[in-house]
Amino acid sequence: METFQDFFILSGRALRNIFRGPHYADDIFQQMDIIGVGSLPIVMLIGLFSGVVMTMQMARALEQYGAQGQVGQIVSIALVRELGPVLTAVLVAGRNASGIASELGSMRVTEQIDAMRALGTDPIQKLVTPRLIATSFVLPLLTIIADFIGLVGGAVIAFTLLDISGSQYWTAAWRALEYNDLAQGLIKPFFFAVVIALVGCFYGMRTTGGTQGVGRATTKAVVVASVWIFVLTSMVTRVFLYYK
Amino acid sequence: MASDAPLVRFDDVSLHFGGTPALDHVSFEMGAGETRIVFGAAGSGKTTLLKAALGLIKPDSGRIFLFGQDITELSEQDLYDLRARVGILFQEGGLFDSLTIEENVAYPLLNQRTLEAAATQSNGAGTRTTEERVQEVLNFVELGQTLEKFPSELSGGMRRRVGIARALVTAPALLLYDSPTAGLDPITANTIIALILREREERNTAAILVTHRYLDGHLIANFRYNPSSGTLERASRVAGDSRGVTTKFFVMNEGRLFFQGSESELQSATDPYVQKFLRHGSS
Repeated sequence: METFQDFFILSGRALRNIFRGPHYADDIFQQMDIIGVGSLPIVMLIGLFSGVVMTMQMARALEQYGAQGQVGQIVSIALVRELGPVLTAVLVAGRNASGIASELGSMRVTEQIDAMRALGTDPIQKLVTPRLIATSFVLPLLTIIADFIGLVGGAVIAFTLLDISGSQYWTAAWRALEYNDLAQGLIKPFFFAVVIALVGCFYGMRTTGGTQGVGRATTKAVVVASVWIFVLTSMVTRVFLYYK
Repeated sequence: MASDAPLVRFDDVSLHFGGTPALDHVSFEMGAGETRIVFGAAGSGKTTLLKAALGLIKPDSGRIFLFGQDITELSEQDLYDLRARVGILFQEGGLFDSLTIEENVAYPLLNQRTLEAAATQSNGAGTRTTEERVQEVLNFVELGQTLEKFPSELSGGMRRRVGIARALVTAPALLLYDSPTAGLDPITANTIIALILREREERNTAAILVTHRYLDGHLIANFRYNPSSGTLERASRVAGDSRGVTTKFFVMNEGRLFFQGSESELQSATDPYVQKFLRHGSS
């Protein structure tokens, strides 16, 4: 209960700092580079193969109904609504929630965070808020890229293995998508980004117990962020289905 | 704030970490130009005492006054202005890994609100830029050539000296040294103590120094830096020197201020816990 309370206090202060100075623009851009550009290759790779696998699996299922030509529809809905946002977020959680927790945890155990406070800087303003802003900005962009690359992977499989023309695949994929799907696919990564950044920062900032403590904080950050990604995707999906 | 108010005052301060007392009914005060040497075993509350004095940790009960102002309930934002008048050397150094030595030392000048506006400060000769001030304090700790290096490129003793430079860069009214000689070889440790004495000689800044080496306290209580010869000499040989009087010793045990007094009172104490620090120091 106390952990929850501390988490919400940190979250509240980090969110409040977005609207008041000083703003550390350099830190925000640096984090965008680390989180966004740094994660791009792995996100593209995973996006590509999730599209490839989805297309092969769905084509086999649809073949029983003679609807193999509609594989683009299934792949695009699954990727844009769920797989793209969730897989991208889980990857970024593994890569960046751990990175944030270990970096801040190391700073904590070497008294750099205390030094920051002693030298006139709010560590939440300087360390947490830039990571929150950067993650919230780049994760939706990474998700869009993962979705697109996944659809391209599906198109390649459809064309080469399933004998479906490119125009048929893309038409089915495009027509399947509604505004509701796009909204869902963009809102989810935003929520995931908030969770990834805040959970990583939270466990990093409360690290104790030296280098062993840094290891524990890193593990906890990845596990908790990943669990919350799946909890949140279920909740957001339910809300979107309710208001459809 | 009254001008004659103590720089630091602890009034029956207690603080617990998970049920274990870190500070247990601690009371003391110190004025301008005074020095306190704090001895204590690991986990006795020495570092907590320094952090509480700076408002980095809030006490469970009691009141803490810094420069005459009650900081017990002060918000973090209000504390920043008071902290700008205090220099601190952390036990772990607290240097920022991602910044160069120059950026580390310049950090307080560029980030503390009250100092930020006066990034260029006046002195008799004109104005000094932040760069010049940083160079000056790094020269003081004899590391003027390390501006572009990162903390990881320096030895433990050099990092400690950079920490001292960062603590001194704002010309604070109070200095807090957390184990400045811990883990250093005797020669480097004595260099650090000589720097602390030299700073006191030049500015007579009030200081609280946490250590487990009796020799550190003994040197600070009895020696002074001679600027003309560049060596340490006994303060008693200098007419009118009162530093021995203004230096007091604390011994902490399980969060309690177990002993406070002069060096002669410390030496004559019969308690085995207090004696332990004297024995270790003389070995």
